[in-house]
Amino acid sequence: MNDATSSPQSVLVLGATSDIARAITRRLVERRARRIVLAGRDRAGVERVAEEMREAGASDVTTVAFDAADVGSHREVIDKAFAGGDIDLAVVAFGALGDQSRDERTPEAAAALVTTNFTGAVSTGVALAERMREQGHGAIVVLSSVAGERARRSNFIYGSTKAGLDAFYQGLADSLVGSGVRVLVVRPGFVKTRMTEGMKPAPLSTTAEEVAEAVVRGLERGSGTIWVPGPLRAVMVVLRHLPRPVFRRLPI
Amino acid sequence: MAPELLTGWGRTAPTAAEVLRPRSPEEVSELLAAAGGRGVIARGLGRSYGDAAQNAGGAVIDTTGVDAPMEVDPDTGVARLGGGVSLDAVMRHALPRGWFVPVTPGTRQVTVGGAVAADIHGKNHHHDGSFATHVSALTLATPAGVRRLGPDDELFWATAGGMGLTGVVTEAVVRLMPVETAYVWVDTDRTPDLDSTLALMAASDADYRYSVAWIDCLTRGASMGRSVLTRGDHASLDQLPQKARGAALSFSSAARLAAPPWAPAGLLNRLSIRAFNEAWYRKAPRRQRGRIHSIGSFFHPLDGVSGWNRLYGKRGFLQYQLVVPFGAEDALRRAVERLARGDCPSFLGVLKAFGPADPGPLSFPAPGWTLALDLPVGPPTLASLLDELDEVVAGAGGRVYLAKDSRLRPELVEKMYPRLGEWRAVRAAADPAGVLRSDLARRLGLLEDTK
Repeated sequence: MNDATSSPQSVLVLGATSDIARAITRRLVERRARRIVLAGRDRAGVERVAEEMREAGASDVTTVAFDAADVGSHREVIDKAFAGGDIDLAVVAFGALGDQSRDERTPEAAAALVTTNFTGAVSTGVALAERMREQGHGAIVVLSSVAGERARRSNFIYGSTKAGLDAFYQGLADSLVGSGVRVLVVRPGFVKTRMTEGMKPAPLSTTAEEVAEAVVRGLERGSGTIWVPGPLRAVMVVLRHLPRPVFRRLPI
Repeated sequence: MAPELLTGWGRTAPTAAEVLRPRSPEEVSELLAAAGGRGVIARGLGRSYGDAAQNAGGAVIDTTGVDAPMEVDPDTGVARLGGGVSLDAVMRHALPRGWFVPVTPGTRQVTVGGAVAADIHGKNHHHDGSFATHVSALTLATPAGVRRLGPDDELFWATAGGMGLTGVVTEAVVRLMPVETAYVWVDTDRTPDLDSTLALMAASDADYRYSVAWIDCLTRGASMGRSVLTRGDHASLDQLPQKARGAALSFSSAARLAAPPWAPAGLLNRLSIRAFNEAWYRKAPRRQRGRIHSIGSFFHPLDGVSGWNRLYGKRGFLQYQLVVPFGAEDALRRAVERLARGDCPSFLGVLKAFGPADPGPLSFPAPGWTLALDLPVGPPTLASLLDELDEVVAGAGGRVYLAKDSRLRPELVEKMYPRLGEWRAVRAAADPAGVLRSDLARRLGLLEDTK
């Protein structure tokens, strides 16, 4: 169960090897989380994260194979996780950055990115919501991005997948009002992780640990959407309203 | 039926359950027999602060609509009360006839069933014990059938403090206390620090039926633990002023104020709470003797403001109540010291010396010092602060109160309640299929031995 300070006892992580997911899971284990189900495609990587969580104090860590692009398998993966008992909190953290210059010239690659980042997030979201509705409680934390708030020339395919994901989970949150299930949409800015290695950090860049801390606080506060770092919220309000010719020319 | 979102009085951790509203004890039994896979738990007036009367994804039996008796023998004060009857209703019925409930918590808005299930205590615990001590018989609807229980039955004591997990109390026979008036005489003493508070209570609590200290947990240094002690007993007719004697037993329970339906999170913050605590301490007389108070103002001051829990805003609040044995004053001092740092401000705490425990394996009161605090949810250090206090309390051989808990680390339950195993065995016999469940039970692993 989630306690009065919104600390979960059991956590399912989809995309468990991502740096942000690992940081969030670790923070939750440091609090109350004892049963952890880690799902991911890279089995060896998932096992390493499992070991890390056991060392951090989780007493019951299991792993399950999960491929975000294989949407037909999602219901089964999620049912398997819930078969071991209630899941208090699910983290939807899988996703890829893609390669904009390649993807915008390769229809298959662009569609594959959309399948992983958006379609996969939709099918897991529907399955999670169904299970959590039945158990009468739960929280879903989903990793969106500020890139979804307004598509940029430099990464609009990735941005559009996050825009779709973000819209879907906002709507899912509304559909779950009164069910005991809540959704926290997390919009980080540039996060220094393995996924962004080699890229030049944008202004207001952040770290996986800061995102994890913000998630814990967002859950405690009962937030629906958070930006990390917080000031990005105001920045995005401005950026969203810039005329397109201006926005397009911004060095971001 | 559509599930309803339920929380405890602290308004934290809402979960959805189907709320069933039986009209008779027979219907209660039928609902227990028909319970689904996620089980069922009784809920009275929802005054447990945490998740004791919630059952996510399952069913919750609202006991307040069950047609129930309220019979008070005018000669002996023995009362037959329905499990869903409120202590407020009992007082309105019995006080004009010269009888008072043997134990009242800080609110009248609890049901008799809830009073048994939490084995509630009041300001007279050192003198009269907890609620179940005054119960001579219980009718308990269990999934294994209806049981009539007396204090010789193990299941009776597993039910007292058993948080509803042994069944639904549909009736209790309670011995009421004779009173001449609906008033209380009160002696007030203001104490400058924690040591003098404890010393005064230890020295003279025995002279009073009721005793409690309001302790300021935000002041540090030499004045740490300064308190206002109020102690007294029911006033006899000749203690009342002449003009009040004509209506000595009249009792009004109407709330005078209502909290607004909406309050901003953070209205009750460090500054406002500190100012309130300061004012409370300053306005109290240094020493006053024999002041007459109405029963409402002495026992249930917050009942005068209906929905006061809403003042904590949408994030809600939690109550933390600990007891540590006599001799573990150091643990109490460490708890007050930690709270006084002020990063998690608490309204006036309530400090009291408990008397002997009753035989309930999960009954909270035990001989020692109990401290209860209301803490708004929000400060980032709240969760770790309370974890820290838990360790201090468990290390001193103490425990926290399950009826108020909403965040205890499950690993500590067995340490705090060493008779949990014994309770589980008795409980399992009454509920072999494991139908009785609550969020509290799930969160703390009360039902299963996880080792």
